Amino acid sequence: MNQHVLAETPLLADTAEDDTPTRSTTHTAARDEIVRLVDLKRRFGETPALEGVSLTVRKGEILGIIGRSGAGKSTLIRCLNGLERPDSGEVHIEGREISRLGENELQPLRRRIGMVFQHFNLLSAKTVEDNVALPLKIAGRPKAERRARAAELLELVGLSAKAKAYPSSLSGGQKQRVGIARALAAEPALLLSDEATSALDPETTRSILALLKDINQRFGLTILLITHEMEVIRAIADRVAVIDAGRIVEEGPVWSVFADPQSEITQSLLGGIRPQLPKEIAEKLSSVPGKEAILRVDVAGDAARRPLLSELASAVPGRFRLIHGGVDHVQGEPIGSLFIGVAAKDSQVAKILDFLTARDAKAKVLGYV
Amino acid sequence: MSEVMIQLLLRSIWETVLMTAASGLISLVAGLPLGLALIATERGGIAENRWVNRILGIIVDGFRSVPFIILLVALIPVTRLIVGTSIGTWAAIVPLAIAATPYYARVAEVSLREVDRGLIDAARAMGGNRWTIIREVLVPEALPGIVAGFTVTLITLVGASAMAGAIGAGGLGDLAIRYGYQRFETTVMFVVVAVLIVLVYGIQWLGDRLVARLDHRA
Repeated sequence: MNQHVLAETPLLADTAEDDTPTRSTTHTAARDEIVRLVDLKRRFGETPALEGVSLTVRKGEILGIIGRSGAGKSTLIRCLNGLERPDSGEVHIEGREISRLGENELQPLRRRIGMVFQHFNLLSAKTVEDNVALPLKIAGRPKAERRARAAELLELVGLSAKAKAYPSSLSGGQKQRVGIARALAAEPALLLSDEATSALDPETTRSILALLKDINQRFGLTILLITHEMEVIRAIADRVAVIDAGRIVEEGPVWSVFADPQSEITQSLLGGIRPQLPKEIAEKLSSVPGKEAILRVDVAGDAARRPLLSELASAVPGRFRLIHGGVDHVQGEPIGSLFIGVAAKDSQVAKILDFLTARDAKAKVLGYV
Repeated sequence: MSEVMIQLLLRSIWETVLMTAASGLISLVAGLPLGLALIATERGGIAENRWVNRILGIIVDGFRSVPFIILLVALIPVTRLIVGTSIGTWAAIVPLAIAATPYYARVAEVSLREVDRGLIDAARAMGGNRWTIIREVLVPEALPGIVAGFTVTLITLVGASAMAGAIGAGGLGDLAIRYGYQRFETTVMFVVVAVLIVLVYGIQWLGDRLVARLDHRA
């Protein structure tokens, strides 16, 4: 497939190149911003879903938004193509404010924003091919073009053989591939993924994520995805925003958020994939100095590339044991979390803490056993 | 059965088929849009409008609550206006169609309501307008139910057309009442019932086959 498949045409022609003064004053955004949300608020009856979300999505990146169910992430993503309307705040898509547009004005805009759904939302009465071609039919393209484009996209997602099949005969992973092909049909400038892998098994999830990453890298397509799984963020996102109770509580490059999670919710969401102190030891932990002190050492980036443990062993007399831990690689950056046990002599513990801190590692005493 | 009786039977079969088919067709053409209108205007629908929805609901249920035999007589002026006469087979088609349309509208509404909201979201996310949603999503996805509901409506119409004898429309029901019941011609009664059974089974069988062919869900 050629590069032209996802041509980098702007979402809206009138915001393309010129900087005419007639344009909305809100268009002060940098050229590479595709989405800018400003203080987005939305409530359903008495229940608040979004309580002032501001966020930027840059051209060509994969931004992952993670949160528990009910955190407001679905509402957030649906505000981006006008399926949901915010009560207040602004939604800028390539510089144009869309949150006050009517259904009719939103329609041409939505044709340039692809969306992938958790439950695929394929039309059961249409063949795979017709499902993929539907966005083009809606856009009023001629039949020959629709067929050619559908064939091209089915090839991209590896389902050419299923063109004439009905969705009910496909597996979950295949259905989502069709969903992705359909979302790409009208050459979108932005792809929204609403829990696209949440209904799939781990292996299928990996293959779907690999497909999304591949599309992002080959065509430079901007992707905004929401998920409740850190694995998804880890696998493909460039940046992550953590949403909790309708607010963005933490945001940054994935590796730095993984290395140094600030908020409690992020730490808890990371719990499943970052090393944790083994339960048997955690239960025995006490704050009263005992025989052995348990240290947690977090290290990332360059600090994690050096032979930290052997340096520690030769620099500080006395022995220590490694209880649990590991070094993970996220976006090519090493991120290590180690749990170490040392004889609980104050001088010894203090020396180790000083040594580690001097080498850009974060170390703290969790307690004693 | 005599030669005359057989002629009479054949004519009655034709009259029943004609009344059922013609009023069925009208109820399909008028009932489906009415069902769509009910779905579209309801809360959270694609053209939400509480007042239109309420008024349509009142009209539909009003007609459905009048017993057919009463409707048959009450609609005589309307029938005369449309067909030019108030007696005969064609005259019976008017009240039959008017009774069947709101009935079918509700039946179609049930099928349309079962269409997953996520599919409507998907069509909206693609930039589809209301018409696209109706044409590409609601009707095709609900089609198996729409056809199954039409089968039920046709069979109901076969039964209702028996009453149309009251305004001289003829048909199998009329034959059974006048010859089989009132003149104690048991053979005629049995033959008529047998023909009706074959007719109803035939409609149901055709409907089921069509549904099986259209249904690609699960």
